[in-house]
Parts: sequence; structure tokens; C-alpha cells
Amino acid sequence: MQLTLWTYEGPPHIGAMRIATAMQGLHYVLHAPQGDTYADLLFTMIERRDARPPVTYTTFQARDLGADTAAIFQNAVGEAYARFQPQAMIVGASCTAELIQDDPGGLARALDLPIPVIPLELPAYQKKENWGASETLYRLVRALAGGTPSARDGRRPLCNILGPTALGFRHRDDLVEVTKILAALGIDVNVVAPLGATPADLGRLGAADFNVVLYPEIARAAGLHLQKTFGQPMVEIVPIGVQATIRFVEAVAAAAGVDPAPVLAGAPSRLPWYSRSVDSTYLTDKRVFIFGDATHALSAARVAATELGFKVVGLGTYTRELAREVRAEAALYGIEATITDDYLDVEAAIQAAGPELVLGTQMERHIAKRLGLPCAVISAPIHVQDFPARHSPQMGFEGANVLFDTWVHPLMMGLEEHLLGMFREDAEFHGAAAPSHLPRHGVAAPQPVAPAPSVAAEPILLTWATDAEKELKKIPFFVRGKARANTERFARERALPLITVETLYDAKAHFGR
Amino acid sequence: MNAHAPLPALETGCDIRQERGQRAVFCGLTGIVWLHRKIQDAFFLVVGSRTCAHLIQSAAGVMIFAEPRFATAILDERDLAGLVDANEELDRVVARLIERRPDIRLLFLVGSCPSEVIKLDLSRAAQRLSRSFHPDVRVLSYSGSGIETTFTQGEDACLAALVPEMPRAAETGAPALLVVGALADVVEDQFARLFTDLGLADVAFLPARRAGTLPAVGPNTRFLLAQPFLAETARALEARGAKRLPAPFPLGAEGTTGWLAAAAEAFDVPAERFARVTAPGRARAAVALDLYRERLAGKRVFFFPDSQLELPLARFLSREMGAALIEVGTPYLHRQHHAPELALLPAGTKVVEGQSLDAQMDRCRSEKPDLTVCGLGLANPLEAEGLATKWSIELLFTPIQGYDQAGDLAELFARPLKRRARLEV
Repeated sequence: MQLTLWTYEGPPHIGAMRIATAMQGLHYVLHAPQGDTYADLLFTMIERRDARPPVTYTTFQARDLGADTAAIFQNAVGEAYARFQPQAMIVGASCTAELIQDDPGGLARALDLPIPVIPLELPAYQKKENWGASETLYRLVRALAGGTPSARDGRRPLCNILGPTALGFRHRDDLVEVTKILAALGIDVNVVAPLGATPADLGRLGAADFNVVLYPEIARAAGLHLQKTFGQPMVEIVPIGVQATIRFVEAVAAAAGVDPAPVLAGAPSRLPWYSRSVDSTYLTDKRVFIFGDATHALSAARVAATELGFKVVGLGTYTRELAREVRAEAALYGIEATITDDYLDVEAAIQAAGPELVLGTQMERHIAKRLGLPCAVISAPIHVQDFPARHSPQMGFEGANVLFDTWVHPLMMGLEEHLLGMFREDAEFHGAAAPSHLPRHGVAAPQPVAPAPSVAAEPILLTWATDAEKELKKIPFFVRGKARANTERFARERALPLITVETLYDAKAHFGR
Repeated sequence: MNAHAPLPALETGCDIRQERGQRAVFCGLTGIVWLHRKIQDAFFLVVGSRTCAHLIQSAAGVMIFAEPRFATAILDERDLAGLVDANEELDRVVARLIERRPDIRLLFLVGSCPSEVIKLDLSRAAQRLSRSFHPDVRVLSYSGSGIETTFTQGEDACLAALVPEMPRAAETGAPALLVVGALADVVEDQFARLFTDLGLADVAFLPARRAGTLPAVGPNTRFLLAQPFLAETARALEARGAKRLPAPFPLGAEGTTGWLAAAAEAFDVPAERFARVTAPGRARAAVALDLYRERLAGKRVFFFPDSQLELPLARFLSREMGAALIEVGTPYLHRQHHAPELALLPAGTKVVEGQSLDAQMDRCRSEKPDLTVCGLGLANPLEAEGLATKWSIELLFTPIQGYDQAGDLAELFARPLKRRARLEV
């Protein structure tokens, strides 16, 4: 048993729903108790979809338990087929139905429907949402993929795009950007799956020359299967950030046998110039903590370190399947990766790392808010505001522009808040004023509301000597908060209860900047 | 656990039908989201799967980070292997929780579908844990599983679990009034003032705001249900000798007056005093309702089943706002508790108990209602089909009972219509 408040991922059948909802002409019959229909809300509210997900639930109740539930399931499959006339169906069980051990695959097979019915085995007590999505896509591709590539003479290269789903973080807009790049390279898209694809489209997957896997968590298994079955090479570079996009363009061009130069010519992204302009100098070595799914966390770390000049002081993921990659990446920055699905561990790691910017999920947004830290969202799970109306990709050259704006914005806000804080301080003469949008917690001394076991209690009570306090006020406002925090950390580490002018300058010398 | 007792059908003018099939409803776990805010020193620990944790997270939205007092003990493979192990695991999780949250006085172990199906005995676990944490923490259990409870029935199961804990009331002396059902604090305070003005000396509310201050109950207790979904709680109170006062539910001015009148009659409040005490509230409600009547009068309304509040809401919309009722869906219909409501609904009102989702959506589409009251899973899809909707969950989180909320209640239904009229894009 695991004590849980937040979960980064839903159960695996939510992953299956993300695939089914992304597709057209596919219907999912889910053996599940009354109440599991809550999952519809994720799609209709968070993603603001205008139709119900193509999912029929058996919604059995206590009075149905016993021999009845199998019949209920078969009825649901039969009625869903009659009503929705799908090209194919997937059937499976949610966590409770897994316990009552009806066999959705066998029961559906017995109905002998004239369409493919693909059973899903999603172990709800071991696996989670992304695994469920990956497994569902793999099962669909395995069952339905067909077609053969035609001879290349004269025709343009053809590829499949695998990975975008419903409820995916910016999948809609990433797909637009990637499609744009492929078009500019003169490559045609055969099938995009699962987003917008029908089961019949999956039947044409084999006709492409190669596959582009956008989100390895979701589509790597399907891509590997296609590689094995149809000999289609797979491009798996995630084009998030300028350099990754360039490598992506080169890899795709190589796979297609076309010239990448025209696409890479000129200045396809504004990020490099924005990042080099003098206004960005203050971003140098900003301490950043990064957490999310593995794909986005790895990409963000590279962009942060090499394209914005931040210092990566924390990196982690809740994607255990890709823990090794994240650990290796963290080692490059001389830090240890945070691999966990417990947000309290993440909170403790953030506090220990002392970042100036947090890049994370919805949870890290809340943690950062509590700790008074600037934050931007880079990964699911996300709330409704991260399914924006405007075009807002993460991938490609336009995605890099979006990343620059999104990550720098909260830091600019931080400067503005310090400015406001300075004026207030000048008038009212108190240095502990917190930024106006963070009324309860000061920036320098965040208080964890939940007792976080790994954060040791602070035994030393620090006092600022009057002249040291005066000296601190002479430091420019935009670094004053940091100077205060550094000095106090310095004093604490050396068990100096009284902070004098000397302590202030000793600390400055020690930490630099 | 199901709401209605198998009673003979009452003579009502309504056309009551039952329907079975796919149901798009919440499970009882959702009740935790508002119950934990009402009982300020209680903690709700769901024993369930990742799905349960995910549901509460989705339902609680942004609230989940305001240090809420609920969590999920997620069962994993090892727990499913054998029951002994699961009990030990539960003890370990509870000990860790109570260590972290020493402010907790009452801990609810909340059963879910997985814990019910594997027959993990949470009531025995609660007894065992109560003994080990006595006297600091009381541990109780109830089921919020989807197989047994629908949405608001989670509150019913929770309050029913509290009833055996209530102290025994004196059997002689003046009778006391107990108001049953979680109400917003502001509404509870309004009702308390009204009862005081009516001259009722001894009025208590269940649930109490703190676990240690449970009201007493006994043969001298008269109780008023403030919510329509409290079948088990009423039964448990009756088993302890308390007597239910039949009344419509306090939604709208008429419902509130009828509800207060039931208490006034039982406690022999003179008619003149009742009229005087309720007059200001009735007058304010009349003014407030006038603002929305034009918008709602004649509008054809369709209710999907959700909370069991549907009948009183339909009665309010039809009688006080002049709306027309196409179909009133309810997950369960407790015929006795709803008898005063059924009596007030227009003759021939179509009431559907239970649900067969696709069939009901077909009926809704073919009727083209002016306003459809439904859950969030259906609301946007129906809007996209051109139907104005009012999402029903808000009716559980917003103060809607009593005279001074009658206007707010009407506004909740009027707003989507006003918005539809306003938007030019």
C-alpha cells in the first residue's frame, strides 16, 4: 500500500482512453464499476473536447456482482457495436473488473462481431497511464498494421508520425510544427497515429518509408514493432529545443534521402538571438530544477543548460521506464536524478536544490507557488490552462520560441516583483516584505506546510546586526533577496548566529555573483 | 446501501419509471471533497486503487494543494496476494499518516470498489485502529465505492457511520431538533438564527463542524433532512429512536418555508410567530427571484441523474420560476423522503430513476430542451450539439439552500441561458 495524495499518472486504462479518444472509428468497451466514467471529464473539461470519448463503460454495481457481470459486458459490447458501428473495437477491464476476473477478450470474441476486436491486458495494480497508452497503441498497431511501401522511383518520401494522443501536453500543436518541417523537407505524411487516425489508417502504416516517433513513452513500442515487421527505420529524436530540432531535421532528411539544408538555412528560430541579446545575460547560471515525464524533462534540461545558459541543479522524472536515461543525463550536470512518483519527494528535492526557477508539471507549479519560486510548466499532468486556445507548440523552431517566452516570463515577473518590493520597503522600511502575489511565504525562508521528513529542522536562530542590515540595503534590489538568502545560508553552515557586515561580504566572496 | 427501501408506490401525480444500463455518474468517494471541509478535524483515507486517487484528484481540482485532509492508500499487487498482509499494510499507512498529521481527531477509512471486491474488512480495521490510537483518534469506516454508492450517497454513508457515535440524548424533557446533511457554514448559520427566532431552544446539526462535538440523539429527537440523499442516515437515526419530520427540501423560497414549517409544526410554534419570523426571508427571496423569472419562465428543462437533488430542483424551477419539466432523472428515488416533493411537482412530470445513458441522450436530443442539467462529462458535448447546459456538480459546492440563497440558485440556471443569448460568436 502506498499513501498517496497526488498521482502524476492515472491508471493504465486512462492511457487506453487517450489512444481511443485520439482516434476516429474506434470504440473502447471498458468493464468498469459505476463511477469510473469520471475519466470522461478529463477529455471534455481539461482538453475541452466537444464530444464524449468513444468509450462505453459497463458501470456494474454491487447487485450485479456474480455471474451477471459477464452478461452485462457482452451486452455493452453488442450495443456499442450496433450504435456506433466502429471499424474496430478495443475491450478491457479497469482495476475493479480486473479483480472480478471476467475475460473481456474471450467474452467479446464469443460475440463474433464482423470487425477486429482487440483485447487489452492492462495490469492496473502494477502499471500506469503512459504504459497503458503505449501498450494500447502497440496492440492496435500489431493487430491492424498492413500495407507495403511502393517503389521509390519518382515519388516523394513517405513517413508515419507516431505518438500524439488525446490529453497530451501540446500534442496538437507539436504535430502542426513537425508536419510543417516534414512538408518543407518534401516528405509526405502517410499516417498520423493515434491522433486523428482510423483503424483503416493503421492498416496503411506499412506503406511508409520510415517512422517518426514523437513521444517515446507512448510510441516507441509501436515504432519498434513496425521496424521489425516492415523494416521501417525509426527517427526517435524529440525535436524540443533548437539543437534537438536541427538534429531531428538532419535525421529525418537522412532517413528520407533529402537535403536538410534549405530547412536549416536562415534563422528558423528566434531563441538563439534572444538568448544572446544582452537582456538575457542575467539568465546566466540561473539555478533551475526540472521535473516531468522523461521526454520533456530530458529535452528541457538540454535547452536550459545549452540554449538559455541556466544551471541545472535538479533533474527528475516520474517515468520509471526511462529512469536510466534521466540518470545518465543528470550525471552530465553533476547531480543525482530524482526518480519518484511521490510529490513530497520532489518537494524535498526542490528545497534541497534551492533553485531560482522550477520547470515541471502542475504539481511543481503548486510546490513552487508555496515556496515562492518562479515556475513554468513543461510536462503533463497539466490542468485546463495548459490546453491553450492559441498555437503553443513545444517542438520545432516555433516550439523553441514558445519555450524561451514561457520560461523567461516568470523570471521577468520575479524582477518586477522585486522592484515593487523595493519601493514598498523604501516607504515602510521593512525588508521581509514578500512579493505581492505571494502573501504568506517569504522568498528567503519557505515553510513546508506538510512535514517533509527529509528536510532537517533549522536549529540556529539568525540575527542581522543593524549595520549589516543597512549594508544589505545598499545592494541593488534585484539581487538583494539572493544576497540575503546566501548570507543566511553561509551563516548557518558556519553556525554564526549574528550576521555582521563581515559575514555579508564573506558570504559574497564565497558564493560569488 | 442503495437509497430506496422497497416501499409500495405512493399515490403521486408523477410518471415514475425505472431505467437500467450505462450510468454516467460519480461514485460516493466524491463526497469527501466537500465533507472534509465541513468536519474540520477529520481525515478521509480511501483504501483503493490508483483510479480512486486519480478520481479524487480530478474532482478536487486545485483544492488538492490547499493541504486537504484526504488521501488514498493505493493497493498494489502485494496487497492483493493475501488479506493478512493488506491489514498490516493498512496499519502501517495509518500509523504514518497520524504521525504526520497529529491534528487529526477522526479518521475515516473509506471503502472503494477494489477494497469491497477483495472483501478487505474496513470496519474491523477501524475497530482495531481505534483501539490502538485511543483516545487521541477515533477511526470509523464507510463505503464510498461506485458499486454501492452514487455521488452524494457517499455523504449518506459517512453520516450513517457517525450515528452510532452520537451520545444518547435524555429521554425526558423538551424534544430537540436535529438538522441532518452537510450545509455550507453560512447556510447553517442562517438556519440556526431562524430556528432561534422561532423559539426552538435545542437545535443541532449533523455533521458537526468538529468531530468531538457530535450532537446527542434519542427518542426525544426530531430530525429534518436538509438534503435528499440521506436514506441510510435517516434509517440509522430512526433506529436510535429519532423521528423524521416529513418536509420538502429547503431549496427555493417555497421549499424553505415548507421545511421550516415542518419543524415549526412539530415544535408547536404559533402560526403568527412563524409568519413574522419568516416574512423578511420570504420577502427578500421574492425580490431576488423576480430578477431571474423572465429568463427562466417557460423554459423546457431536462435533468440527467446525478445527486438526488434533481426532484427538489425541478420543483423549484417549475413552481417558483415557471419552467417546464421534460424529464427529471435521479440516480435513486427514496419514495418516502421525496413524497412532499412529488406532491408538489406538476401532475404528469416524467421522473426517471436510474439511467441508460445512450437512450437518455437520445431522448434529450430529440426533445431539444432549452436547458439541460447534467454532469461535466456530458456538458461540453451537449453544448457542441447546440444545447444549453448547466453542470450539476456546482449545485453541491455552492450554497443554495434557504431564503437568502434562492436568488443565487435561480441565477445558476439563468446564467448559461444569459450567456448563450449574449455571445455573438
